[in-house]
Amino acid sequence: MSNISPLIEVNDLIKHYGLVIALNGVSITVNPGEVVCLLGDNGAGKSTLIKTLAGVHKPTDGEFNVEGNPVDFNSPREALDAGIATVYQDLAMIPLMSITRNFFMGREPTKGVGPFKYIDFDHADKVTREEMLKIGIDIRDPQQAVGTLSGGERQCVAIARAVYFGAKVLILDEPTSALGVAQTSMVLKYINQVRKKGLGVIFITHNVRHAYAVGDRFTILNRGATLGTYSKDEIEIDALQNLMAGGKELQQLSDELGGTI
Amino acid sequence: MSSLEQQVDQAPPKTPSDANKPSDERIIHTSLITRLMRRPELGALAGLILVTIFFMIVGKSSMFTLAGIMNFLVPASQLGILAIAASLLMIGGEFDLSVGSMIAFTGLIFATALVVFELPLGVAIIITFAAAAVMGALNGQIVLKTGLPSFIVTLAFLFIFRGLTLVGLKAATGGSTQLRGVKDAIEGSSLAEIFSGDALEGLFAWLAQNDMIDTFKNGLPKVTGVPVEILWFIALAGVATWLLVRTQFGNWIFAAGGDANSARNSGVPVNRVKTILFIFTACAAALVAIITVLDAGSTDARRGFQKEFEAIIAAVIGGSLLTGGYGSAIGAFFGAIIFGMVLIGLAYTNIDQDWYLVFLGGMLLIAVLFNNFVRKRVTGER
Repeated sequence: MSNISPLIEVNDLIKHYGLVIALNGVSITVNPGEVVCLLGDNGAGKSTLIKTLAGVHKPTDGEFNVEGNPVDFNSPREALDAGIATVYQDLAMIPLMSITRNFFMGREPTKGVGPFKYIDFDHADKVTREEMLKIGIDIRDPQQAVGTLSGGERQCVAIARAVYFGAKVLILDEPTSALGVAQTSMVLKYINQVRKKGLGVIFITHNVRHAYAVGDRFTILNRGATLGTYSKDEIEIDALQNLMAGGKELQQLSDELGGTI
Repeated sequence: MSSLEQQVDQAPPKTPSDANKPSDERIIHTSLITRLMRRPELGALAGLILVTIFFMIVGKSSMFTLAGIMNFLVPASQLGILAIAASLLMIGGEFDLSVGSMIAFTGLIFATALVVFELPLGVAIIITFAAAAVMGALNGQIVLKTGLPSFIVTLAFLFIFRGLTLVGLKAATGGSTQLRGVKDAIEGSSLAEIFSGDALEGLFAWLAQNDMIDTFKNGLPKVTGVPVEILWFIALAGVATWLLVRTQFGNWIFAAGGDANSARNSGVPVNRVKTILFIFTACAAALVAIITVLDAGSTDARRGFQKEFEAIIAAVIGGSLLTGGYGSAIGAFFGAIIFGMVLIGLAYTNIDQDWYLVFLGGMLLIAVLFNNFVRKRVTGER
């Protein structure tokens, strides 16, 4: 493992928004074929961290390497080109546009030359249908608006899109938070499938059980700093839960409620 | 209209394997009607048919002769060039309320270049478009850099450009609000034919000779050719529609207007797209300015007055949403023709011309209600 450079390696990342210190020394490493779960309560800095990795924000300070090389992204586009694809909580899908148009948004397949280039919709529709079929969603009409899909289906379109476009690292921002049981297991199964392909996954979630189901390692953020990173054999699910919630209070509450949290 | 059919055809072909697959019972089969309803320009097309039927019944028959059609297509084209640009900008999520004033201001620049500085027509045209591009870019940059609504920024420029036109006209003429002498300045320029007068005169003469169109007693056609603005209008509608529905840039326009943030996250250069659309809109205003100034032989302070509203109304009738991300250039094309038909058509009826504004307001309201209804049905919004 040690002779392969990690897909993403971040050391002591610091991000300030004016006077607010959003990240105060975060470190995280993602290797190929590995699901790293990023856990933390609200305000822990998860969103800021992934937006920095995705090229939306520039870090104030710290080391950020992709496949062993230091990077300095100026836009999400550059991060995408480096193989870091992010599926946001709000999905980055546009409800009024068709599934195909969303799937290929920003990377439309074109035919023709010079000013007469046009989108190859036959190809685009075909790819969209096929990619969605691979994860078990049968889209009858790829020209139908994304607004007509359910939340889980939209999530899967977003993930399928990232995988199709050759992402090396997939950052999933709470992909299961708005899903029902069946759709959650579909997404988790898909994450497992993605890992087997050799991609690295950063999986952000509030739900420790979802994390424990697919995660290889767990990085816990608290108040803008890394609280610790544990591999699956180092930590039990309950301990993870406590760490994430900042310890004792939750344990107390859990006892009061009969241990159901 | 062929592009409309083309878009409908674009829906995926039903291959045999499709038919054999067990279908998901929760998805309603997309019928041809639904696919038609999904087209934003449907309302405008229906409106155009209704208005045509209305004038066929109440108007004099001369309205739909070749001469009559040209008659209402001229104002429709001048508005339509603006409306098509406005619809692209609206789909891209922005407004430009300054286009009317920009017609006046670019008209002043154009006429001044010709009459005061006595520049050749080609140079004057280049200067006019360049000035328009700068104004469009300025609008766009202020909107994008400050994050202010384009409604407010371009409203400010509505007044600034109109005021600058007045000030500039007085400076150029020594106190008058009209600058004359354009016709003399372009005497003998062959370039003028692209922007003024009639085109396809040979074709019309040939049609007249073969008794295919109405002629005077001496055998000359009653309509000698197609006014050039109509050709500009049709060409622009075609190019804009193709751009919007078939090209990468078109997808970026939808994306930028649908959700700028999502589009950015997917790698769409939203600011560049919007800036180009602002520039395009300004250049459409410059084109209308050049055409109308050459036609009138002069320019004045009221040129393009309230055209910004008419252009936006035509775009909305054409199915563009005020909130961006949805709409059609061909719809704006139909919307502009509806405008021209009502404006000129009332003269062919016994109806008082003053009903024009009432009619327009009514059309706008119906169009917005209809668009909302269609959009909700088609996108399955809940």
